[in-house]
Amino acid sequence: MAIALALVLVAIGSVVFHFASPWWWTPIASNWGYIDGTLIITFWITGAVFVAVVLFMAYCVLRFRHRTGNQALYEPENKRLEWWLTVATALGVAAMLAPGLVVWQQFITVPEDATEVEIVGRQWSWSFRLPGKDGKLGTSDIRYVDADNPLGLTPDDPNARDDIVIDGGDLHLQIGKPVKVLLRSLDVLHDFYVPEFRGKMDMVPGSVTYFWMTPTRTGNFDILCAELCGVGHPQMRGQVVVAEEAAYQAWLEKQKTFAELSGRPGPQKASYTPASP
Amino acid sequence: MGDVLIGRGDAIPPAEVVDVELYHPHSWITKYVFSQDAKVIALQYSLTALAIGLVALVLSWLMRLQLGFPGVFSFIDPSQYLQYITMHGMIMVIYLLTALFLGGFGNYLIPLMVGARDMVFPYVNMLSYWVYLLAVLVLVASFFVPGGPTGAGWTLYPPQAILPGTPGHEWGIILMLVSLIIFIIGFTMGGLNYVVTVLQARTRGMTLMRMPLTVWGIFTATVLALLAFPALFVACVMMLFDRVLGTSFFIPALVSMGEQLKYGGGSPILFQHLFWFFGHPEVYIVALPAFGIVSDLIATHARRNIFGYRMMVWAIVAIGALSFVVWAHHMYVSGMNPWFGFFFATTTLVIAVPTAIKVYNWVLTLWRGDIHLTVPMLFALAFIVTFVNGGLTGLFLGNVVVDVPLSDTMFVVAHFHMVMGVAPILVIFGAIYHWYPKITGRMWNEALAKFHFWITFLGAYAIFFPMHYLGLLGMPRRYHDIGQTSFIPESAHTLNAFISIVALIVGVAQMVFLFNMFWSLRHGRKADGNPWRATTLEWQTPETPPGHGNWGKELPVVYRWAYDYNVPGADQDFIPQNQPPTPRPA
Repeated sequence: MAIALALVLVAIGSVVFHFASPWWWTPIASNWGYIDGTLIITFWITGAVFVAVVLFMAYCVLRFRHRTGNQALYEPENKRLEWWLTVATALGVAAMLAPGLVVWQQFITVPEDATEVEIVGRQWSWSFRLPGKDGKLGTSDIRYVDADNPLGLTPDDPNARDDIVIDGGDLHLQIGKPVKVLLRSLDVLHDFYVPEFRGKMDMVPGSVTYFWMTPTRTGNFDILCAELCGVGHPQMRGQVVVAEEAAYQAWLEKQKTFAELSGRPGPQKASYTPASP
Repeated sequence: MGDVLIGRGDAIPPAEVVDVELYHPHSWITKYVFSQDAKVIALQYSLTALAIGLVALVLSWLMRLQLGFPGVFSFIDPSQYLQYITMHGMIMVIYLLTALFLGGFGNYLIPLMVGARDMVFPYVNMLSYWVYLLAVLVLVASFFVPGGPTGAGWTLYPPQAILPGTPGHEWGIILMLVSLIIFIIGFTMGGLNYVVTVLQARTRGMTLMRMPLTVWGIFTATVLALLAFPALFVACVMMLFDRVLGTSFFIPALVSMGEQLKYGGGSPILFQHLFWFFGHPEVYIVALPAFGIVSDLIATHARRNIFGYRMMVWAIVAIGALSFVVWAHHMYVSGMNPWFGFFFATTTLVIAVPTAIKVYNWVLTLWRGDIHLTVPMLFALAFIVTFVNGGLTGLFLGNVVVDVPLSDTMFVVAHFHMVMGVAPILVIFGAIYHWYPKITGRMWNEALAKFHFWITFLGAYAIFFPMHYLGLLGMPRRYHDIGQTSFIPESAHTLNAFISIVALIVGVAQMVFLFNMFWSLRHGRKADGNPWRATTLEWQTPETPPGHGNWGKELPVVYRWAYDYNVPGADQDFIPQNQPPTPRPA
């Protein structure tokens, strides 16, 4: 008896908690509203199944609890019912999987006009690199990493000389411009995670990973590390500043190129107007 | 089911059993210490697993103290926190759940339920336990070495697991890897035993499709484990080489703490593939025995045949097979080729179908049953609730694009605790309460058992259900202190404190369980041989607790499936599997 009541409470309490509690995702700041949409579809379908199963159990416990003279029905199988439930489940699963896969296709298809930014993780800080005037990121190799060249850019790669290296500052992005985020790690696994962007991806030493997104809201957003990277893991923080074009360009003016930072010959000014699309 | 009778309905004559002198133990040491009796080995496995499980429980208290009240408990530093989560996770998954379900329940129940005298290789079975104990001791030793146990997270991802910056990278990780290697050796001895016993030592009439679902669950899980553990074994050996010999299986060229290391060319993602090729089947290694056991608890206590037995068997087998092609859903954001996402999301969501069938069949067994709300039944009901909840949140994490925002957050922590922590542990409790009278010959105290049930069920739900929403909010896992962020409101910290308080209460309630188990050994009411009026063979033994060799002189003969409850026309509401059919009128 008490258990029937408890089951009803669990079912209803969970739904009430879902709608009434103050804990929900942070307002989105990227183009990945479709991810939120798929999540909502999943909440509805799974929520309905959960409530239905638990309430049905409560009904059974109440209705078919032992009383003297009760006899259970002897019914080993019911093919029709079993197939009907199987097909209904398969449809429900398909209703979640199909939109999920469509959105995943978008998530892994980087648009042609996306600009590249590189984000480099190491224990326990973030660095960033933007392509310089040439619009191309230079190559890098872990063997070149030293105090003057914290990201290990190839010293004699002309594409690298004008790259803008931000070591210990914020990542700035322009609103409305799709970016392909290239991710690299110098030591252990890290994960570039900005809750408002919804996207996230591990950074793996020895390879370059990526994802893409378009910032849709200006403001400052926290960068957290989402892959355990040692004792400093929770302190590995950074900021992304999403700004309008003018403010972004003004910031860009002040940045230094790799050549400038490392005292090598090459472009000394970071400011540039991107080549026409 | 048309399988009640064999042949033309005549009873099979009992087999003539040659009176063999069994190798009965003659001393206290061979009876209780170096015992070759599967039942004693089962208890050794169970008690060891519960003992090390208590360590994991205490670690969870320490974690919750830190998370609920960051900064208050100055004796917990960030390194220790990482060591707690690592050891807690590894102990629970491997040394408690795997060992208890397969080594504990497998050893006790397989021979009894299939009508065998013992496991087929009793000596190897004994060895299996002692090797397991050694693995546990090596694991425990890591608490006492310089630097302490590893704090790499239970997934032990390289390169971080073996590099400075991670606690226990000096000795802790070595002991962890060695302990896992020993565990797998021990498990393989036990596992081969369980599989061969099920295949070769079933008594007359016990066809595969008459086996209780408990045996099906444990059998299939053991097959999975025998196929999955080797992947972990090689991963551990390779990482041990990386750490000790300086090979580079998993470690690429890198700069650690400003210093160029000599490693080069290894792949950290290779480790993840090997780990999860083991790790996902591992979920089902824990879940399938729970599925099987809970099916039998529900049928027995609802006095109704399990609904759709054949579908249940095929669902177990299908889940087991599918569990080998879903592993990379743990790696959607690992940086592997993103095209894998399509394949693994599809296989993962397909596995929901046989899993859902099992859930339907459990609740349909309740429907039109004669439900006795005994303690085992209460735990079975609680299992269904938590398993359905945890299984459904798996559909979020399995659906690749939905996983992206949620992975590595508290949502994942809530999900896997609900589905492979709380749910199987509720089955373990239900099973212990169910079989305790057979194992000890005594009943436990019902009031204490019910108290334990209510706190555990409602408390565990109150811990893990709200935790999903912390993850949805974006709170990452494996942070000893979230610190300042722009997106986590003050109220989330209050929720964390609430979760911690409930967790401590639930933790303390487990002491009531332990007390009940030990107190009842001496003071419990004497139980008769079949207190639940169950059909399966272990309740039909000539002695309770069953003696060495289980069956006395004559092996039982099986005439029917395990679920003849409330058969129309029968004179009582259950017919044991070994009861011969009444001859048909000519």
